[in-house]
Amino acid sequence: MAVSNRHLLQIEGMHPPQISSLLDLAESYVLLNRSGKTQRDLLRGRTLINLFFEDSTRTRTSFELAGKRLGADVINMSVSTSSVNKGETLLDTAATLNAMMCDLLVVRHSQSGAPNLLAQKVDAAVINAGDGTHEHPTQALLDALTIRRRRGRLEGLKIAICGDVLHSRVARSNIHLLSAMGSRVRVVGPPTLIPAECERLGVEVFHDMAQGLRDCDVVMALRLQRERMTGGQVPSAREYFRFYGLDFEKLSHAKPDALVMHPGPMNRGVEIDSAVADDPVRSVIKEQVEMGVAVRMAVLDVLARANRRNV
Amino acid sequence: MFDFLIDNVRLIDPASGLDQQGAILVQAGVIADLGRITAPEDVTVIDGAGCVLCPGLVDMRVELGEPGYEYRETVASAALAASAGGITTVAAMPDSRPPIDDPALVRLLRTRGEETGRITVLPYGAATRGCRGEELAEIGLLREAGAVGFTDGARAIGSSRLMRTALAYAAAFGAIIIQHPEDPELAAGGSATQGEMATRLGLPAIPAAAEAILVARDIRLAELTGGSVHFAHVSTGEALALIRDAKARGLRVTCDTAPPYFDLNETAIGDFRTFAKLSPPLRAESDRRAVVAGLADGTIDAIASDHQPRDADDKRLPFAQAAAGGVGLATLLAVTLAQVHSDQISLTRAVELLTASPARLLGDASGTLARGAAADLCLFSLDEIWQVTDGTLAGKSQNTPFDGRALEGRVRGTWKAGRRVFG
Repeated sequence: MAVSNRHLLQIEGMHPPQISSLLDLAESYVLLNRSGKTQRDLLRGRTLINLFFEDSTRTRTSFELAGKRLGADVINMSVSTSSVNKGETLLDTAATLNAMMCDLLVVRHSQSGAPNLLAQKVDAAVINAGDGTHEHPTQALLDALTIRRRRGRLEGLKIAICGDVLHSRVARSNIHLLSAMGSRVRVVGPPTLIPAECERLGVEVFHDMAQGLRDCDVVMALRLQRERMTGGQVPSAREYFRFYGLDFEKLSHAKPDALVMHPGPMNRGVEIDSAVADDPVRSVIKEQVEMGVAVRMAVLDVLARANRRNV
Repeated sequence: MFDFLIDNVRLIDPASGLDQQGAILVQAGVIADLGRITAPEDVTVIDGAGCVLCPGLVDMRVELGEPGYEYRETVASAALAASAGGITTVAAMPDSRPPIDDPALVRLLRTRGEETGRITVLPYGAATRGCRGEELAEIGLLREAGAVGFTDGARAIGSSRLMRTALAYAAAFGAIIIQHPEDPELAAGGSATQGEMATRLGLPAIPAAAEAILVARDIRLAELTGGSVHFAHVSTGEALALIRDAKARGLRVTCDTAPPYFDLNETAIGDFRTFAKLSPPLRAESDRRAVVAGLADGTIDAIASDHQPRDADDKRLPFAQAAAGGVGLATLLAVTLAQVHSDQISLTRAVELLTASPARLLGDASGTLARGAAADLCLFSLDEIWQVTDGTLAGKSQNTPFDGRALEGRVRGTWKAGRRVFG
């Protein structure tokens, strides 16, 4: 996978065949999960540590479930209970976990590049579960799987990623993945929430939702990350909703059967209208969560195979 | 005592316009003669064949680590690194702990330099008390004690009112104000130059214009007050264009840059390499080229190492949390020579940027080969090839942004007041 085959740190740099084969494997886990069976022998005796320096419920739970369905011993460490609060550095934590012979290390951190740093110092396979505003590779994989299952392909699809792109690691991973797979990606948001030279990542930039959503096959709304805002990039939530919140009026500019996606957790009435989020036909938000578990099982499977410990 | 003659050497002294093959005679620590001379009886002769001899380099921007950051560098360890880099005079940043805002501290730093026997330390005084950017420091008293200029170090003087006051007041003492040219509000929280690289890495970014914005303001304030402003480590074409224009208008505006800004660009931070995290951050390739042009056309007055020692714990952190700064003493000359080898600047110009020019800005008598002056000398090969490797550099901290860089040209010998301190 990206950078090395030992870790999953970022989508940038991954090749389409690698992505396709991961998605294919994830498909098989969707079927397994729906059948109610598990495959507990696959990661039996392996240790997976969920190392979360930032709060998360859904991603942590998703990885936990994925690990358990494959038979791994799963341990959850969150920052509030760890010694990081006592001044231990990231690398001290890494050394400690390394000494515990952990096989798979799932890391979420508020700082971009933190998993890359950890990966240099531990023997375990490091899986980036979201780092700062850099990448969230498993989210992009699950989004791609969701789209591919619904549309049968990724190539040639017009996909709009809307809202707070600046602070979104989900957006960056999705841009890299979808562009690599031949989708035509656009980002739509206020100029203050679009990162500089975003076009250089291969996307079209729009500041108007009606124009940006025109003829799109998929519309992804991003969470407005008010906790990461430093400069008051938008004046108010209500103004944001008026111009960038995904409601049926704005959605009407996309294709009539366009899919609606959101990485969660949602700010209802801010970046997405509840009626759109809950629409049984258009919204695939719940399906994204289901695909998340399958994709993470596929990632754990592949990395565990690539990282047989020499015991 | 230390009498010796360096023979068969190319003597370059831009201050006096000297560039000729010859010899230099040192007696009792002083340059006794130079040029086409014959060796007196029983004097040690050093063969300088194939090498260049120039004045000991004058580095106008160095963090010494003392007082307060001895875990990063001490005056003694910085002096070792300076000797390895051919540097015999350094101007020391005042934003230490405590900051250099008291005359006694200025005298202390000068003395600490003398104690090494390797370098002359020319201290900068804090421009504002505690380098806090709130009220003027005692510029007159600090000047009297030997401060060679005034600056808040790595912090920009952000307040327009305070900058105006500092420029006006310092002018009465013939002192320059040295600015870290970066609008503090635009730069707050940022760790990379705004652009594609920062966008890809998801790093909080600073627009390159943050530099030009402060430069434009301070040029106008220098004009308003008649004061002298010097911009440190200038890194963008836009700021250089403003400085070029100000100089053409006869304003008292000068600037320096540092090797990372003409040798590296922002791609060096790829894969979150914290050794390449600097302040100001590395720029786009077009800005790097503009800096090279500024060296050639005279807009840039001097090259300083911008030596900022950081220990492993300062750097082994996620990129945005890691300390900015890189060491530069040991690599100053060789990275500069890369511009000579690529025909961007002449050898004489390179030496001028490292000797006569910074000495003039600092009002110091060093930086030239003058009969009767202390023999501060740098002997270097133009073509010896070596590779920068962190962990092997002279000095305490090893955070070089040039790790792995192959360089052509290397210091062979350094003399401080006639005493060989390197090579």
